[in-house]
Amino acid sequence: MPEQARSGAAPAVIELRGITRVYGRGEAEVRALDGIDLTIRAGEFVAIMGPSGSGKSTAMNVIGCLDSPTAGEYLFNGVDVAGLDKDQRALLRRHYLGFVFQGYNLLPRTPALENVELPLIYKGLGATERRARALVALEQVGLAHRADHDPSELSGGQQQRVAIARALAGSPEVLLADEPTGNLDTHRSAEIMELLVRLRAETGLTIVMVTHEEDMAAYADRLIWMVDGRIAEDRPTKGGARDAG
Amino acid sequence: MLGETIKLAVRAIWRNALRSFLTVLGVVIGVAAVIAMVTVGQGSSAQVTQDVEKLGTNVLIVRPGQNAMGPRSSSTSARPFDLRDVARLIREVPAVETASAAEQSQMSVVAGNLNHRATVVGAGNAYLDATDWEVALGRRFLGGEEQGGRAVCLLGETVRQELFGNTDPVGDKIRMKSISCEVIGVLEAKGASSFGSDQDDIVMMPVRAFHRRIAGSSNVNLIYVAVRDGVSTDLASSEIEAVLREMRRIGTGEEDDFTVMDMKQLASMLTGITDVLTGLLAAVAAVSLLVGGIGIMNIMLVSVTERTHEIGIRLAVGAQARQVLQQFLVEAIVLSLMGGLMGIALGLGLAALAAQVMAIPFTPDPWVVLGAFAFSALVGVVFGYFPARRAARLDPIEALRHQ
Repeated sequence: MPEQARSGAAPAVIELRGITRVYGRGEAEVRALDGIDLTIRAGEFVAIMGPSGSGKSTAMNVIGCLDSPTAGEYLFNGVDVAGLDKDQRALLRRHYLGFVFQGYNLLPRTPALENVELPLIYKGLGATERRARALVALEQVGLAHRADHDPSELSGGQQQRVAIARALAGSPEVLLADEPTGNLDTHRSAEIMELLVRLRAETGLTIVMVTHEEDMAAYADRLIWMVDGRIAEDRPTKGGARDAG
Repeated sequence: MLGETIKLAVRAIWRNALRSFLTVLGVVIGVAAVIAMVTVGQGSSAQVTQDVEKLGTNVLIVRPGQNAMGPRSSSTSARPFDLRDVARLIREVPAVETASAAEQSQMSVVAGNLNHRATVVGAGNAYLDATDWEVALGRRFLGGEEQGGRAVCLLGETVRQELFGNTDPVGDKIRMKSISCEVIGVLEAKGASSFGSDQDDIVMMPVRAFHRRIAGSSNVNLIYVAVRDGVSTDLASSEIEAVLREMRRIGTGEEDDFTVMDMKQLASMLTGITDVLTGLLAAVAAVSLLVGGIGIMNIMLVSVTERTHEIGIRLAVGAQARQVLQQFLVEAIVLSLMGGLMGIALGLGLAALAAQVMAIPFTPDPWVVLGAFAFSALVGVVFGYFPARRAARLDPIEALRHQ
C-alpha cells in the first residue's frame, strides 16, 4: 500500500468536493469551511495545518463524520456520505474510522484494556475476541504490560498510545488524529509520531492529522495549509518528498 | 450487548454507591409501603374470614330490614321479629336444625362491690349450639328456665375474671340494672374477635328474661339459625326467605323487609371493608413510588451531565443514539429494580413483623411481590427515559469538548 501511495495510483479513500460548513445564520454566519476540494489516497499520511480559526478542526470533524457539511460532496471509498444522518455516520465511524485526540479522551477509572475494547463492543464482538484484539492493539503500541492500569496511572505519552491502540483495535481504514502531540513534550511527541509512521508502514493505514507544529507535520507525506476555511497550499512535505525520492 | 450494558450499568451504579442508594431510597420506601400495606391487609382479611367461619359455617343470621349492617333504625321501617317467628322457623323450615334469638345490650354488671360493663345477651341453648360454644364450668340453661324466662345467667370468661377472679362463681348472684341473676355456668374462652372486641366480655341469659326484665319489649332483632347437617346454606336461606315472606305477608314483586345472611356473606362484607381500606393505604403508598421515580430521574439527569464527555467518546468510536439511550435507560431500570428488590425485602419483613404483633396470619401474595417488582421496573423506564433521551441526543463534538 505505501508503495502505491507514493506512486499516486492508490485509490482515493476520501474525496471532498466543494465542501462548505456554515455555522449560525444571517449576521452571525461563520463560514468555517468554504468550498474545500481535497483527495486523500489509501495509505497517505496527510498533515493539516493552519492558524487558529482557519477551519482545520472543522475539516477534521467533517472528514471524521462527526459533523456533516452544509454543502458539497464527500465521497468515502467512492460513496457519498455528506447526506448521512447521525446514526449512519456513527456506523461509518464504527467500521472505517479511528480517532486520536489531543486530550486522549480515555474513559477514566477504566483499565487500558477496557478502553481499547470500547469500539469493539459497538462492533458487536464477543468478550473473548474483544479481549484478544485489544491485547494485540496494546502490543502494537508497546503497552501490553500496562493493560490493567487505569489512565490515571499512565503518563501522557502512554495514555496517548492507549488512545492509538483504541483507534487501531477497530481496524479502521483511516486514522484521524487531532493534535495528537499537543499535550506532550518533544521527546514523547517524537515517539508518538514514530509510532504512527510505523503503524502506517505495517498496516497501510491512511492517516489524517491536524497539528500546529511543523516538526510533527514533517512526519507526514503531504501538508495541507488552511487559511480562512480554504486550502491555501497543498504540497509534499520535505520528509514525504524525500520518501517519494 | 444487553449483558454488556447491564454490567456497565451495575458498575456505574456501584461507582456512586452511596448516591445510588439514596436515590433509590424513595423507591425502596414506596415498594416496601405498598407490599407491607397489602400483605397486612390481606392477612387481616384472612383473619376476619377465619373468625367469622369459626362462628359456624352452617349458621345463618336473620335480621329485620334490608340494610344488614346498618343502624338499628332500619327496624323502624321493618317490623321486628318476635319469639313466635323464631319458633315457626324451627317448626316450619325443614332445613333449620335450631334457631335462637340473640338480643343484646351494654350495661353495668355488679357482683359484691365489683362493677364491670359488659354485653348482656338474651339468647338460649340454641345460640350456644349454633355458635358452637361450650360451657366450661357449670351447666347450660334448663328447658324450664328458657320457657319461664328465669333470671339465670352464663358468664363469659372476661366477666368472670373481672367479677370473681379465678373462683367458681356458679351459684353466686350478679345484678344488672335492678334485677338479680343467678350464675349457673361459665362459657369457654373465645378470645378477641377480628375487630379487637372481646367476645368473652358477655353475660348470657334466657331471651324471655332479657325481654321482660331488661328490654321491656318482646322484639327480636337478630336470629341465629343453625342449618341441618348436609343441607346447603343456600337452600336453607331460600327456604327461610320463602317462609318469612309468607309470615310477614310480603306480596309477589315486593322486596324482602328482612335479610338472611350466611357467614360467608358476612365475612366477605367485613373483608370488603378491610380491602377498601387496604386499597386506599396502598394507593397513598404508591404515591411515594412516584416520588421515588422522580428522584431517579433527577439523579439520572445529573449523571448524564457528569458523563457528557464519556458519551462523546462513545459516540466518537461509533455508538449510535439508541445504544447510548439503552445504556442510560438500562442504568435507570437496574437502579429502580435494585430499589424494588430492597423494598420487597423490607416490605415483607415489616409485614411479617406486623403480623406477629397483630396476631394475624402472614400471607405474602406472590402476585403482589411480582407486581411491585414490575412496577419498579416501569418506574425505571418512565423516569429513566427522559434523561436517557437527553444523553442520546448529544452532539458528539459538543460532548467531546465538555470536560
